[in-house]
Amino acid sequence: MIHSLFLINSSGDIFLEKHWKSVVSRSVCDYFFEAQERATEAENVPPVIPTPHHYLLSVYRHKIFFVAVIQTEVPPLFVIEFLHRVVDTFQDYFGVCSEPVIKDNVVVVYEVLEEMLDNGFPLATESNILKELIKPPTILRTVVNTITGSTNVGDQLPTGQLSVVPWRRTGVKYTNNEAYFDVIEEIDAIIDKSGSTVTAEIQGVIDACVKLTGMPDLTLSFMNPRLLDDVSFHPCVRFKRWESERILSFIPPDGNFRLLSYHVSAQNLVAIPVYVKHNISFRDSSSLGRFEITVGPKQTMGKTIEGVMVTSQMPKGVLNMSLTPSQGTHTFDPVTKMLSWDVGKINPQKLPSLKGTMSLQAGASKPDENPTINLQFKIQQLAISGLKVNRLDMYGEKYKPFKGIKYMTKAGKFQVRT
Amino acid sequence: MSSNSFAYNEQSGGGEATELGQEATSTITISPSGAFGLFSSDLKKNEDLKQMLESNKDSAKLDAMKRIVGMIAKGKNASELFPAVVKNVASKNIEIKKLVYVYLVRYAEEQQDLALLSISTFQRALKDPNQLIRASALRVLSSIRVPIIVPIMMLAIKEASADLSPYVRKNAAHAIQKLYSLDPEQKEMLIEVIEKLLKDKSTLVAGSVVMAFEEVCPDRIDLIHKNYRKLCNLLVDVEEWGQVVIIHMLTRYARTQFVSPWKEDDGLEDNEKNFYESDDEQKEKTDKRKKTYAMDPDHRLLIRNTKPLLQSRNAAVVMAVAQLYWHIAPKSETGIISKSLVRLLRSNREVQYIVLQNIATMSIQRKGMFEPYLKSFYVRSTDPTMIKTLKLEILTNLANEANISTLLREFQTYVKSQDKQFAAATIQTIGRCATNISEVTDTCLNGLVCLLSNRDEIVVAESVVVIKKLLQMQPAQHGEIIKHMAKLLDSITVPVARASILWLIGENCERVPKIAPDVLRKMAKSFTSEDDLVKLQILNLGAKLYLTNSKQTKLLTQYILNLGKYDQNYDIRDRTRFIRQLIVPNEKSGALSKYAKKIFLAQKPAPLLESPFKDRDHFQLGTLSHTLNTKATGYLELSNWPEVAPDPSVRNVEVIELAKEWTPVGKAKKENSAKKFYSESEEDEDSSDSSSDSESGSGSESGERGESGEEGDSSEDSSSGQESESGSESGVEDERTAKRNSKPKGKSDSEDGEKENEKSKTSDSSNAESSSIEESSSDSESESDSESETESRRVTKEKGKKTKQDRNPLTKDVSLLDLDDFNPVSTPVALPTPALSPSLIADLEGLNLSTSSSVISVTAPVFVPMKTHVLLHRMSGKGLAANYYFPRQPCIFGDKMVSVQITLNNTTDQKIENIHIGGKKLPIGMQMHVFNPIDSLEPEGSITVSMGIDFCDSTQTASFQLCTKDDCFNVNIQPPVGELLLPVAMSEKDFKKEQGMLTGMNETSTVIITAPQNFTSSVILQKVVNVANVGAVPSGQDNIHRFAAKTVHSGSLMLVTVELKEGSTAQLIINTEKTVIGSVLLRELKPVLSQG
Repeated sequence: MIHSLFLINSSGDIFLEKHWKSVVSRSVCDYFFEAQERATEAENVPPVIPTPHHYLLSVYRHKIFFVAVIQTEVPPLFVIEFLHRVVDTFQDYFGVCSEPVIKDNVVVVYEVLEEMLDNGFPLATESNILKELIKPPTILRTVVNTITGSTNVGDQLPTGQLSVVPWRRTGVKYTNNEAYFDVIEEIDAIIDKSGSTVTAEIQGVIDACVKLTGMPDLTLSFMNPRLLDDVSFHPCVRFKRWESERILSFIPPDGNFRLLSYHVSAQNLVAIPVYVKHNISFRDSSSLGRFEITVGPKQTMGKTIEGVMVTSQMPKGVLNMSLTPSQGTHTFDPVTKMLSWDVGKINPQKLPSLKGTMSLQAGASKPDENPTINLQFKIQQLAISGLKVNRLDMYGEKYKPFKGIKYMTKAGKFQVRT
Repeated sequence: MSSNSFAYNEQSGGGEATELGQEATSTITISPSGAFGLFSSDLKKNEDLKQMLESNKDSAKLDAMKRIVGMIAKGKNASELFPAVVKNVASKNIEIKKLVYVYLVRYAEEQQDLALLSISTFQRALKDPNQLIRASALRVLSSIRVPIIVPIMMLAIKEASADLSPYVRKNAAHAIQKLYSLDPEQKEMLIEVIEKLLKDKSTLVAGSVVMAFEEVCPDRIDLIHKNYRKLCNLLVDVEEWGQVVIIHMLTRYARTQFVSPWKEDDGLEDNEKNFYESDDEQKEKTDKRKKTYAMDPDHRLLIRNTKPLLQSRNAAVVMAVAQLYWHIAPKSETGIISKSLVRLLRSNREVQYIVLQNIATMSIQRKGMFEPYLKSFYVRSTDPTMIKTLKLEILTNLANEANISTLLREFQTYVKSQDKQFAAATIQTIGRCATNISEVTDTCLNGLVCLLSNRDEIVVAESVVVIKKLLQMQPAQHGEIIKHMAKLLDSITVPVARASILWLIGENCERVPKIAPDVLRKMAKSFTSEDDLVKLQILNLGAKLYLTNSKQTKLLTQYILNLGKYDQNYDIRDRTRFIRQLIVPNEKSGALSKYAKKIFLAQKPAPLLESPFKDRDHFQLGTLSHTLNTKATGYLELSNWPEVAPDPSVRNVEVIELAKEWTPVGKAKKENSAKKFYSESEEDEDSSDSSSDSESGSGSESGERGESGEEGDSSEDSSSGQESESGSESGVEDERTAKRNSKPKGKSDSEDGEKENEKSKTSDSSNAESSSIEESSSDSESESDSESETESRRVTKEKGKKTKQDRNPLTKDVSLLDLDDFNPVSTPVALPTPALSPSLIADLEGLNLSTSSSVISVTAPVFVPMKTHVLLHRMSGKGLAANYYFPRQPCIFGDKMVSVQITLNNTTDQKIENIHIGGKKLPIGMQMHVFNPIDSLEPEGSITVSMGIDFCDSTQTASFQLCTKDDCFNVNIQPPVGELLLPVAMSEKDFKKEQGMLTGMNETSTVIITAPQNFTSSVILQKVVNVANVGAVPSGQDNIHRFAAKTVHSGSLMLVTVELKEGSTAQLIINTEKTVIGSVLLRELKPVLSQG
């Protein structure tokens, strides 16, 4: 399966290599660099690159290429999914996954990688188990380690791997037992010029933070489970119960995890909470263009829209922009031609707007297309699909846990064509 | 072995270590920043690393190792540190050890000789009671790619594959692949291990062993049959990575073993047609088809059991299920995968890329599947280009009359995209839609013509090319478009587009008679500066015009031909010459020139605008080969459905297997002594049955215990138990039988017996005596030709050393690599902390200590059940009946034998003469000492004889022939596991000590629930001794009952503990090195103890 792994930064340096079988020379990455050059943008580097003797499968995250070298036929998604799991694990361990962090923690990284794969086949990928094998570094632990000379390697061998519940470590103890669930929904939408919806769909996840003593068995039920059209579960969820009763029944892993992700059935009309009024025009003759956008609330169920952020990739011909926002701050990068406007909260009484002119390259013809506007926003205390958790029960343990449920709606890939 | 001294220093100098640790960390903070600038400084650094490794402080070593791992990670060469690093392999500090492992695995291949130094450490750790240590030892050992240790790896894998811990077995499965890649010659042996592991019922193992199967012997589909249903049923609980591998394998399997579920529709049609036909062949065919297709239940099982996995969070699993449905499910059921695949599109760019590729292939064949999700494939401006083009591809495939108008509107937005490459791709897409859906051809064409006035050249060029293709399909009245395009020649510069326009004009030169010559004139002017592609088309245009309109263009064409004649490109010179010969008539030109017009202006077939994914469907979906559209190394072809399904009964599993982790191997032949482990496991299913019989049959009799207790002695020697036997054997037996028949005794008796037993322990016997007996016993062994001389010598040697366990010869085999010369007979069980002990001398000392202090001796049985087993029924024995039972006495014929008493009865009215034992059919390693032939047996007479069988501590059947003068009868003796033991007496302290050494994998336990009245000590004692020939150990606590015994053949200890808990539960624990027997015994004891 996975032969070797190379970590390559954006400037093309291989800053970490790990081999699970015989050593593969790092010169194999030359093929990758070639492809990278051809692709011009990091995003366009093909995830699968064949070379004479190997195949390079890569993922690009946090400005790092994770390049896996394989030699024989293997489902490409297997490798890609695994690489993403590696990144997630690093993030989980170090808070962020970046080149300096990996370099600083190279030993832990190496130990983690060693545990995750055996002979290129995944061995322990559950973060609960990995954290028992190799303790994540914390500031306190680093200090303690320096003083006492002790280490990050767990001195007790984990038992979770061998238990019936491989995702949960045993012997969990908390003084405050609490379970939090965040229902987060994202709206993916394309809005056309005239403001009508081309496509819109809602994807949701339930992220959990469970800190409960012992081996609790939880059930979570919804008021309106029918809304959920397509779901995917954390392995802890008992599929049979869901099939028959539409109830989520599970023994949770310890700590943070994604319990469920779902898709709301397409029949339901998606409420679009914001609208964008825009007037962007380029004139053929003049070197000046007009730019004006206004953002306003649409169907918000009485909630405030926060964290609004507008970004747009302007055409190459735009040299600079002089704009005045009615609120928030804006920036325009003349090199990447990226305009971003951090709006903040939308006040329905006084709609935020951004007005001004664009200076265009002299002599250049007017762009065919107006730029697309990407929108980000957040609405607290609202699941836009109307999904509601009915109740959460715990079995198997005697104490009374503290339970909390939070709803939130966010923009996913929300685009307005102009 | 300087490591010893380290070990001691470590413990004493804790304070110093801290100081040094601080120092070392301060150095390390500097090192990562400086990129090891000069070579010289690099060398120097290594020098101080060596010093740190040699130091006796763990913290210094650790820092050194961390820096070394840092070097490895950066790809710097750290191989010269090998000798210094490998010394630390036995470090007690887990982190140092782990880092040394990392180092070893990386460099062992380069430093093979030195790497061997570390092997013995792993070999020892392989025997560690902790399963995680065993597993990690196996992992590292198998990762060291040194060919010399292949036999060691092989042995380790074999052992680990029979380990009780599923985690260790999982690692064994991984090791199989490693060994295979190191030495493919081991294939056959490895297949055997794979076969065994495939039978494993643990979900932990399933994924890994199937992976090994795919790597080593993917063609041995026959190994799957018996495990097919189990794999299907386990699938949901297997970890996600394993699921992917198993699903892919089962897809291939299903394609070879089931008939196609896709034929239903054809079948019906055929039936009607064939109704009127009469020839035999057709009839046969009809018959076959007539049987309405019924899906094999196993086929259905697979499809049903994989469905929940579509809900997995792992994209690879979802994709694997999707391809399974695509390749083996009935077409009507494939629809359910589309929703899940569309869900994956929310994931990362790379996942999207692969999933979209697969959807593209699927959507060519079955549009309907993804049509409802059309909008999910709409392109966003933020998508990377490769995703955009794939989405376009899918949109094209999904386009039909109903949705084309929506799509074209969407495409209009795309064409205007700032990403010009994408815009060009969209134009091609529009062209394809236009050809596929005739209703919109004109609309598309008009739209494309509009694009010709686009400012971007790439867009225009692409439009020209597409229009050319479209016009070629509809050559009629498009004069206007051609005129428009001719005008473009002035502005457009992209060669492909110019060439396309020229070709179009040439092809339609008769429709645009005025423009064409003018175009040629212009081209003639610019000929020299044109691209080669354009030049060729100019030549073509000239030739065509010459043929249709020679009056106007003759001179122009000749001018162009002259230019072409001296062109730099030989293709163009070549073409020029060819055209000249063909069209310009001269005396030399042959018959061809007459047909020149036909040649140049022939009707040309329109190009087919096809999806680039068209040819991918012969690859299995979801594979690397499919993604690359070339066959990747190791790609396994998906076979076509068989015409007739192979025999489905091969998947039937006859035995309802018990809740055992491992199951028996079928092949007894191949087994040799090294595989004793397996042969034991082979029979335990049966043994459990037979022994449960004996349990129920045995009565509450315990009278003779007193006597036997007196007989027994408790000398230190393990073989001394025989002594009591040798003299009074037969007499005692008779007495015993008589007693048993006469009076059943109560519970008080058994308590008495226990007291007696205790008393017996105090009695002594002289060493001299026992040693003489020992000699005689080995004599008798050689007499009975059962055992080879060397073996018996070894046995005696061992006895002399008083080691309690007979280690299998594995350790001996590999001892040549054991650089430290420690005794191969030593057992880790006897060592205090085997895996972590760095000091070999200490090991040896520990060994000596443990041997001298152990006080274990064989005692007489506490109880002998009267249960007899039928050896030969009188009906099948022509009047000769034979019964046997186990007297639970040490055997006089050999100290490894179990004694068996056979009672022969003559139920006929004639004498039976010359009763003897004929041919023996014994499993390898088993020995048998036969009774002396009986000359004659009177009618109604009966005689009891005794014989000895060495069962090799397994429950395998001993088959032999019981012969009379006239006949031979085949008979079998199969021992219940409880009879393979001899009771031993030991003190509670010794018991605890021994038990402490037999933890981890050597311990099996279970919980028993029964009514409290069953938990009186007498009842427990009675029940336990009923099942097994064990001796009671006096206990200081009321709630704990201990029993001890040793196995007859190898003398391994078998310690049974029953610990009463609150309420009506009790814990039953068995500690033994013979884990197989231990677990069988546990299984037998449990029901007996929980019985009311």
